[in-house]
Formats: sequence, structure tokens, C-alpha cells
Amino acid sequence: MTDNVIIDRRASERASTDRRRTPREPFVEFQELFKAYGSKQVLRGASLKVYRGEVLVILGGSGTGKSVTLRHMLGLEVPDSGRVIVEEEDITDLPEEELYRVRKKFGMLFQSGALFDSMTVFENIAFPLREHTEMSDDEITRAVREKLELVNLPNSEHLMPVDLSGGMRKRVGLARSIVLDPKVILYDEPTTGLDPITAQTINELIVDLQAKLNVTSVVVTHDIHSAFSVGDRIAFLHQGVFEWIGSMDEARDSDHPRLRDFLKASAVVAAQPTKET
Amino acid sequence: MTASALDRPSPPGFFERVRIRAERTFLYIGGLTDLALQTLQAIRHGALERPLLIQQFEQIGVRSLSIVIITSAFIGMVLALQTAYALEDFGGKLFVGVIVSLSLVRELAPVLMSLMVGGRVGAGMTAELGTMKVTEQIDALRALATNPVRKLVVPRVVATTLMFPLLTVIAICLGIIGGLIIAVANLNLSANYYLRSVIETVKYNDLASGIGKTFFFGFAIALVACFNGLRTSGGADGVGRATTTTVVTGAITVLIMDFFLTKLFLMIL
Repeated sequence: MTDNVIIDRRASERASTDRRRTPREPFVEFQELFKAYGSKQVLRGASLKVYRGEVLVILGGSGTGKSVTLRHMLGLEVPDSGRVIVEEEDITDLPEEELYRVRKKFGMLFQSGALFDSMTVFENIAFPLREHTEMSDDEITRAVREKLELVNLPNSEHLMPVDLSGGMRKRVGLARSIVLDPKVILYDEPTTGLDPITAQTINELIVDLQAKLNVTSVVVTHDIHSAFSVGDRIAFLHQGVFEWIGSMDEARDSDHPRLRDFLKASAVVAAQPTKET
Repeated sequence: MTASALDRPSPPGFFERVRIRAERTFLYIGGLTDLALQTLQAIRHGALERPLLIQQFEQIGVRSLSIVIITSAFIGMVLALQTAYALEDFGGKLFVGVIVSLSLVRELAPVLMSLMVGGRVGAGMTAELGTMKVTEQIDALRALATNPVRKLVVPRVVATTLMFPLLTVIAICLGIIGGLIIAVANLNLSANYYLRSVIETVKYNDLASGIGKTFFFGFAIALVACFNGLRTSGGADGVGRATTTTVVTGAITVLIMDFFLTKLFLMIL
């Protein structure tokens, strides 16, 4: 391995040993999704299975539709054609009211955190509990504090979103997304816009939460270091299609030209000529 | 001509532009109607949350008081001055109370209050919801299994619909008081005479027509503002454009609705 190889080997090995034992039962499945915005075709027959208990990283360049795939999982977008299956239920044509039931299975960390500006950190995290549970104020306070400790932000309940740094916003967003104990956590570019140390903290947090909460995670990113730090499998999205899907080890050794170029550009594999195909 | 110039797609022709504009207009009206139906359906299913409603009452009603007071008082004063000036040769001074009160009750207070407060409130709503949209807060609401229409649109639409008539009553009172000040100070009329002419002139149907219109104005302005906010895209620039659209569309909507509602109220009252 050359000096420019920056793979977090320990994370990768942990992933291989701990998570490979998970049963291969898909939690979310895309079947030939097509989606266009105006004249721009974003997804062109994207098919994917997210297995229960794994951390799947959706990798791809900017503007390739990675975030769009996450939005389809939640039913925030409806595909032009193709099916979205969640826990063996076809959610593609469900009306908005029916989708709320499905969305409670998911927690989503948005790219910017998407905290409600007018609410404090406490109110942001308490919001889903007040909306969907009958918990008393004391129980809500305990739950909020517990989640804030889980994301390493104790004693920050009284702060407003405007007072938070980028990394803190993401951690509060994460606390809010896990407060209803979802089965799947979706991360949209969790390390984008953060300095390397804060990004690493977020990566560690994702791995930590995966271990503590025993959930399924889908991480959308173009940050290779983040991908190899947290992921079990990679799905490489290019021109609206998942061109390559496999484990992290397989990704490293893959001779898929575009994936190899992508990893090489990020110095994950040794700089060597792409194999002719 | 270079190759790149040849490759460039030609701009759409006149008819194509008209078709695109018409399509956009129909989509806009369709979206607005859909939001109106969703809002009414949510209200029918008891989606009113009292704390959110009270918050909007304060935002729309209480915080608009100063603008309503200043606008209506000065309109009443100007109206009294202009009436006295225009009708001076016919002894029109004596009719100041009649003209001021009737103009204010039937037309000026409802429409000008709706334009002024509608601009303030509508722009605020669009900017707030538009910012929430471009910062993914609306998506976050939906992802947290919460209906944005119930949480954001219903309280704003209900509060605006209920607050506009109340603000109109205040505008009418302040306008009449403005007229009174001019009548007494400039035109040497007695306050007693002015107020008696106001009370004798304004009938129940005048009040019902003037105040009744503002329920519809409030509903329309809040709906347009929320709709423009929820469909905002394109970052800060998009929020700016959406806000401008709300102010312009809201004002035009009020003026067009005013004509038809006036005709309607003249028929039924």
C-alpha cells in the first residue's frame, strides 16, 4: 500500500467481521427507478437493495442524483417509473397521509441539518416526540437529553440553531432524526462542508450509533474517506444508474473504470493505470 | 457561422412562449386550488393547533396595528380635506361625514388595509416559508411524518382570514376619527354634527359589504403567500423572487376580487 492510501483499515476490518453476519433481508429496494426534473433526467433505471443492519454508502459525483435516491426512500419524491419497496411494502403510489406511517421507520439527517430556525435545540429534538407520542414533558426532557448525550452535545438544549457551528447543527439534526428510534437512518452528505477533524467526529458518530442503536444506515456522500470509515457496502451511482455495488474490499480491488477513477482521484487506491476493459 | 453557433438551440418562437406561459399559469392556478382544498380539508378535520394560531394572531393582527392606524387615520384626514375642497362650491362641507364614512366603510378601509397589511403579512409569510423550503426545513417536516399544510399553512390562513375583518373595523374607526379631526379643526364643523351624519349614513349592508369582503381578501392573500413560499426554489435569490411575486399577486388578487365581491354584495344585500 502506498503513502497516499488513506483507507481506514480498522473501520473496514471491523465492518467485515461484525456486520457480514447480518441476514440478507432487504429493508429498502429500488426497482428500475426513473426520475426527471424538467428536461434533466436524473435517475435512469436505478436498482438497489439496502439490507437490514448494514451501512450502505451511496457514492457518486456531485449532481449525479445521490440525494434524490434518499428522497425516494422516504417518499419525498415519487419516481416517474419504477417501484420503491420498504419492508416488502410497495410505497410508490401511497398517498401522503399513508407515507407518514412509512416515514416513521426512517430518520434522516439532511445536508444542512435542516433544523427549525424558530425553535431551540431542545424544541427541535422534542418536536417529533410531541407530534407522534403521548410522552409527558418529563419523559420528553429525559429523551432529548439522552439523545444529545448520544451525539456528544450535552447541555446545549437552550441554544438556537443560529448559535451552532456546522458540525453541531449536523449532530443536533442527527439527534432529532434518531429520537423516535427509527429502523433506518439516512445520512445526506454528513461530512460535506466540515473541517477534517469535525468530519472524522461525525464519521465516528455514525459508526458509534450503528453499534449502539442496531439500525440500518444509508450514507450518501462523495467523501471517500467518510465512505470507507463507515460503510459495509458501496453503491456507485453514475449517470442515474447504480453501476457498481459491492463490499468495501471489493471496491478497493474493483476494475470498474469509473469507480476506479473516482477512488483514484480521492487517493484511495494506489495511482496506477486503469485496466483496459 | 461557427459550429458551436449552429449547435445552439434556437430560442422559442412567439407561440411557443405563449404556450409555455399559459402552461405555467394553469399549473400555478392548479397548485393554488389544490393547496386551498388541502387547507379547507385540514380545517374540516380539526387540524387547528391553538398555540400556532395564537402566534399567528399576534404576528398578523397585533403587529399590523401600527400600519393600520397610521394608514387609515391619514386616509380619513385626506379624504375629508379633498371632499371639502372638491365640493366647496356646492356647500359640500356639510357632506364630509357622509362621504368619508361611506367611502371608508364600503371601499377604502377594506381595500387599502388589505393592500397594506397584505403586503406586509404576505411578504413575511413567503419569506419565512420560502427560507424553510430552500433550507430543507419543509422536507424535514415531511420526513418527520408531519403535514406542512397542517403545521404551517392552516394557522396562517385561518389567522389572516379572521384578522383582516378585525383590522378593517379598526381602520374604519380610525379613518372616521381622522375625518373628524379635519372636520373640526379645518372645516369648522361640530364633532356632534359630523358623528351624527356618519351614524345616519352608514347602514348595516354597507358594513356587511365592506367587512365581509376582507374575509375573502385575507384567505386569498395568505393562501398565495403560503403557496409561493412552499414552491420556492433557488436559494436566497429564489426567496426574493417569491416574495416579490407574493406582493404583486396579492395586490392584483385583492383588486380583482374587490370588483367581483362588490358586485356580489350589491346583489345579495
